Amino acid sequence: MPRRNDIKKILLIGSGPIVIGQACEFDYSGAQACKVLREDGYEVILVNSNPATIMTDPEFAHRTYIEPVTPEFVEKVIAVERPDALLPTLGGQTGLNCAVALAESGVLEKYGVELIGAKLEAIKMGEDRKLFGEAMARIGLEVPYGAYAYTIADAEAFAAEVGYPVVIRPSFTMGGAGGGIVYNLDELREQVAHGISLSPIGEVLTEESVIGWKEYEMEVMRDVNDNAVIVCSIENIDAMGVHTGDSITVAPAQTLSDREYQVMRDASIAVLREIGVETGGSNVQFAVNPADGRMVVIEMNPRVSRSSALASKATGFPIAKIAAKLAVGYTLDEINNDITKVTPACFEPSIDYTVVKVPRWAFEKFKGTDTTLTTRMKSVGEAMAIGRTFTEALGKAFRSLENGRIGLGADGKDVFDELKFDRGLTVPNENRMFYVADALWRGRSVEEVSALTHIDPWFLDHVKAQVEVEGMVRQVSLEGMTADLMRMAKQHGLSDPQLAYLTRSDEKAVRARRLELGVKATFKSVDTCAGEFLATTPYYYKTYEDESEVTTATRPRVMILGAGPNRIGQGIEFDYCCVHASYALHDAGFETVMVNCNPETVSTDYDTSDRLYFEPLTFEDVMDIVDVEQPIGVLVTFGGQTPLKLARALEEAGVPILGTKPEAIDLAEDRERFADVLDRLGIAYPAAGIARSAAEAIEVANRIGYPLLVRPSYVLGGRGMVIAYNEEYMLKHVAEATVVSPDHPVLLDRFLEGAIEVDVDAICDTREVYIGGVMEHIEEAGIHSGDSACCIPHFTLGDSIVEEIKGYTRRIALEIGTHGLINIQFAVKDSTVYVLEVNPRASRTVPFVSKATGVPLAKVAARVMAGEMIADLALPSEDREFTRFCVKEAVMPFGRFPGADSVLGPEMKSTGEVMGSATDFPAAYAKSQLAIDYSLPSEGTAFISVCDRDKRAIVSVARHLNQLGFRLLSTRGTAKGLRAAGLPVTEVLKVHEGRPNIVDAMTNDEVQIVINTPFGQETRSDGYQIRAMAIRHGITNITTMEAAQAVVQAIEAIKEQRLGVSALQDFEQWVPPTAINGASS
Amino acid sequence: MITRQPALLVLEDGTVFRGYSCGASGETAGEAVFNTSMAGYQEIFTDPSYAGQIVTMTSPHIGNYGMNGADMESRGVFAAGFVMREMSRTSSSWRAEETLREFFERLGVVAIEGVDTRRLTRHLRERGAMRSILSTVDLDPESLRAKAQASPGLVGRDLVAEVAVRERFTWGDDMPSGCELPVDTGVLPVKPRFRVVAFDSGIKYNILRSLAEADCEIVVVPPTTSAAEALALEPDGVFFANGPGDPSAVTYLYETLRELLGQKPIFGICLGHQMLSLALGCDTYKLKYGHRGGNQPVKNLITGRVEITSQNHGFCVDFSSLGELDVAASGGLDLDPTDLGAWVSAGVAPVVLSPKFGPVQLTHVNLNDMTVEGVRALEQRAFSVQYHPEAAPGPHDARYLFGAFVRLMQGRDDVFAGEDEV
Repeated sequence: MPRRNDIKKILLIGSGPIVIGQACEFDYSGAQACKVLREDGYEVILVNSNPATIMTDPEFAHRTYIEPVTPEFVEKVIAVERPDALLPTLGGQTGLNCAVALAESGVLEKYGVELIGAKLEAIKMGEDRKLFGEAMARIGLEVPYGAYAYTIADAEAFAAEVGYPVVIRPSFTMGGAGGGIVYNLDELREQVAHGISLSPIGEVLTEESVIGWKEYEMEVMRDVNDNAVIVCSIENIDAMGVHTGDSITVAPAQTLSDREYQVMRDASIAVLREIGVETGGSNVQFAVNPADGRMVVIEMNPRVSRSSALASKATGFPIAKIAAKLAVGYTLDEINNDITKVTPACFEPSIDYTVVKVPRWAFEKFKGTDTTLTTRMKSVGEAMAIGRTFTEALGKAFRSLENGRIGLGADGKDVFDELKFDRGLTVPNENRMFYVADALWRGRSVEEVSALTHIDPWFLDHVKAQVEVEGMVRQVSLEGMTADLMRMAKQHGLSDPQLAYLTRSDEKAVRARRLELGVKATFKSVDTCAGEFLATTPYYYKTYEDESEVTTATRPRVMILGAGPNRIGQGIEFDYCCVHASYALHDAGFETVMVNCNPETVSTDYDTSDRLYFEPLTFEDVMDIVDVEQPIGVLVTFGGQTPLKLARALEEAGVPILGTKPEAIDLAEDRERFADVLDRLGIAYPAAGIARSAAEAIEVANRIGYPLLVRPSYVLGGRGMVIAYNEEYMLKHVAEATVVSPDHPVLLDRFLEGAIEVDVDAICDTREVYIGGVMEHIEEAGIHSGDSACCIPHFTLGDSIVEEIKGYTRRIALEIGTHGLINIQFAVKDSTVYVLEVNPRASRTVPFVSKATGVPLAKVAARVMAGEMIADLALPSEDREFTRFCVKEAVMPFGRFPGADSVLGPEMKSTGEVMGSATDFPAAYAKSQLAIDYSLPSEGTAFISVCDRDKRAIVSVARHLNQLGFRLLSTRGTAKGLRAAGLPVTEVLKVHEGRPNIVDAMTNDEVQIVINTPFGQETRSDGYQIRAMAIRHGITNITTMEAAQAVVQAIEAIKEQRLGVSALQDFEQWVPPTAINGASS
Repeated sequence: MITRQPALLVLEDGTVFRGYSCGASGETAGEAVFNTSMAGYQEIFTDPSYAGQIVTMTSPHIGNYGMNGADMESRGVFAAGFVMREMSRTSSSWRAEETLREFFERLGVVAIEGVDTRRLTRHLRERGAMRSILSTVDLDPESLRAKAQASPGLVGRDLVAEVAVRERFTWGDDMPSGCELPVDTGVLPVKPRFRVVAFDSGIKYNILRSLAEADCEIVVVPPTTSAAEALALEPDGVFFANGPGDPSAVTYLYETLRELLGQKPIFGICLGHQMLSLALGCDTYKLKYGHRGGNQPVKNLITGRVEITSQNHGFCVDFSSLGELDVAASGGLDLDPTDLGAWVSAGVAPVVLSPKFGPVQLTHVNLNDMTVEGVRALEQRAFSVQYHPEAAPGPHDARYLFGAFVRLMQGRDDVFAGEDEV
């Protein structure tokens, strides 16, 4: 029977900030769920702390709470809203854990809230490996042999029984955090201790190793009538031992015979039945021994997962949307297949192409950490590619990664460790597939490479086929290439730039020759049914075949270039902007064409834009789409650096670029020319210089003095950026910067120590400028803006300074010819406003500003870029009163990268952000901290150790802490200063001074809060060890003075219980512009 | 170095598909059809129901896990030829015994790879299944088109005789006639509870394995066996199998079935379903491009459950042609008996009255196109399904039907009761 009418109000919990293991796939799933439930007439209440999500757009839910996803705050929302039901399966592990906590503590019962989508018992049986193992035994399915350990001794006993390697899996941690494979006793002890400390119940599973077995995932949906379908099977190329989030994966499964596949299918459905997942989507993972086919169940997630997002994008079957409908009572046969419109959703998609997902890592950001891939996820994003064959999709996926490569090898950029070449094959690492391709190129056999890597020979043979075609291409010149060979090369996934490298020509020449030979790209549809039924949803991928399926458009088309795979510095914020641009332009009457390759995002949902191309964001791939779509304009300023890099080449190829011209973007990026502009406008900026060599760098440094900010140009997220206090350090980084961005010079700026940083997002229509928001940073200038907390409205700056900043913004935006969004970073020091950086494009803070002010900046900008004027859009006054303080705080991934230093600096390292809001700054800041799961201590001991610069400023912070009841613990230097100020302080030894020292105290849980500002540039120091220990023990860890002040105020706010909840829809500063309407669909 | 031998597939309407040979050399004619299964190519290639057809696989990678003795669904390959996007050069599986190419070459099967199979599928979807010719020797499109137009096609053709056994055998006792290699018989009952006579019209081995698993001893007989001969074997039930070609051309088989109606419990699959329906007096018709794949949703109107099924048929049964609607037996609903979607929405299994054989119930409906997937002659102890509960390849959702047959042989009336003990 359809739709439950006994439920009227449904609470959805989002997944909070983007972290490793839990990224924007849950925005995609949550947004789908909100949309479908709302369409169905339910009242939707949403809690999610992440302002950069589409789901927290006010049109998606009736009541949107950007509040911490913690039981405490969700209970407050429940108390206010009194929902009938809670749908916990679409907000990742965070959402699920929060729902479980609310159910177990009796909150749901107290308020009469029903858990829908998954019952508590089912969630627990799916998540608790012990209950899960017992359930599997009941239905006759094998799991790897294992035992639970609560102490290191337990684990040692198990290892003695089964031998090494042993797999360690802490219970109830996200993305496999704290898990790993250990090969000896030392590793076992370390990993188990770490795992027990991370597990909320202090438990780890020790397990027989199935390393090297084939790994599969099944995406299953089940309804209340016990109808069950497999949406997609996924095969991991990397065998067991590498977390599936870190594995290259393929859909559908390729190396299972139907007999084996059907056994796995039956098992998957049996697992859902036994666990008791009554409705919705689940993911079941299996390992298969390649030698004899023995199959074991690894785990199941009784919720929508990262793989569900991938499966949805890979098949066109919208898992989250359907899971939401099933949760409210519909059955699979009552729901239509969105793509065909005429057939039911109760079927299993058949796909006639191959999908490859490749993870994107960011190890370059975390020097010193172990880059080996293990059962603990380390990647920060992923790219998906669709091709007709595996080889084609693999090549496309590798050129989607935005890592400077243009495919799987054959680009002259391979750097191999010749002495340890085989180690590159045997030890899973981010470059392993390049080693594989090269090993095959060097003539090593598929069998040998398979033995070293445990990668199935079928995949390897396809890599070998690519390598063989490369060999054929190498032997001829570009002119000598026949149409047959050209077509074969393209069908094997080789990009134009790869062919240019192989034929010693250039990309333009390859493209010209290719078109001359008549080898044209064709576009096929993703239709869920392998062509069996007519599909009307325009979701396309490129391949080289006979027939192209793109239909002609009826309205003028605008193309939006997406942001590619998530990485640090370019995440969900840019996807948010692209999605908004698409919604706004659709509403303005255009047909929107989205191009992107990130399966986690809302932008790659087939119903976000009028047309979707799941394609890499390279010149070649974009041009091929331009050729068939003939857009009236292309938007390159919404997707971050990825599309921006293509702007010039597209313009030169005659493609119309909408909005700010590439020339203006270049002007803002060009230090020398931009300095002229600022001089002309009479606006101050830090003394700066450009260096193309070490000698030039020394000359510049001597002219402007230290400290200096050293950075490569044309990078996002401050890649390679450092603050140098002396020449030696500066020269080292100048050398590194030229590696990061070799074609561009290195920039050297005077670093304004102790300045307040301010970010402004604005829109310019070439005549008028609208200031979207002025954000005052909490950390001082010098910390990357993406890593620092900021607040709207300003909380310490004077109004006259803010007016001066707004005035500068207007003048600069108009002067450089901005047409669309612009972001300017200012620093205020001694009442002087300096311009640090200007970016005439969408910035990372656009979603935050939009959420804080109610003005959807990206939508407004898209409309302006398409020709409308600000004056006609009836935007709310910039000068309206802001009664609510909204704080954006960055979320750091250091817990994932043991060994890397956690000091904040000019290079961005955060993965995501949260927002906290309140009617005063300290409360807003407190909520932003709580939202990151940094539960702030309300009592205990504060350890304070600061550098000389901060020794005066720390006194007031320490006094405040003391008043709040904290004991103070300090190293000698800091203690001296505190004692002099009359504060009671206990001294503790530094690590190198002997024992017991501060690290011992932290290990013994004697410290609850650490304030430790960095000592100069050394990282392998006491400070480093203290910060590392804080991360390990989850101790509140503060590395800047400004954050210390804010945290102490926040602790006070929490102690005074001043933290309430409020919905965006109630913010007084929200005056939604009527001319720009809501989410389109 | 990669070298390839060109091959051509030409449809009767003149559409040309270029590719490369990936099997034996030669030329072959057949009806062009497509199958959307993503795994199980070996079972498809050895399914005798494909006799007279050139089968396009929509899945782009074929041959990945090689070929093995256990996955054979018959003694060989009966289809006219195969079309695929890419044939795997290697076979990767612990079960593999030879590569697909070796298998095709050994059996002399003509096949083509490198084809834009999606274009072909879309073409067949729009224009319907049609005659075609596949050649590695004649590469002249015009000549091939003429040959395609001159080829016989499927309508009115009895292909059963070409694929069925000529001599009777008991499953598991000896090598089925015509087999050169040992057959995987599955688990045989130590002490069978039922004897089933199975009329072979191209029976898939997995039907026999499934019946054996349901505790049946199976005597497979040629399709021309008379009702009297079948009854002389003293069966507890009679089974009618899948098979190729136009069902209306196999008159002798459904006439035999008609003679057996009411005398013994009867179960039919695919062509066997069409035989039962024809015997009951209904019409069959040709679908535009058929159902071939492993993802077809079928609703069981008795239990309300949806089964994901394996299918392979180009002809279909017209339920309403059996007789007048029995409103009282159809939940009191007077809906249009030709509008199966209306019955699915109502959740009721309609009953029509056959003048000769009494009430016939519509038990299963395809949710994609609302066509007939199963019927039951309520007073004749006979039921049949259009799809393949034995799967191979495909999902196992409908395996309960073998249990249903057992219940029928036990004299029980609750045949589709579910999955309880049999």
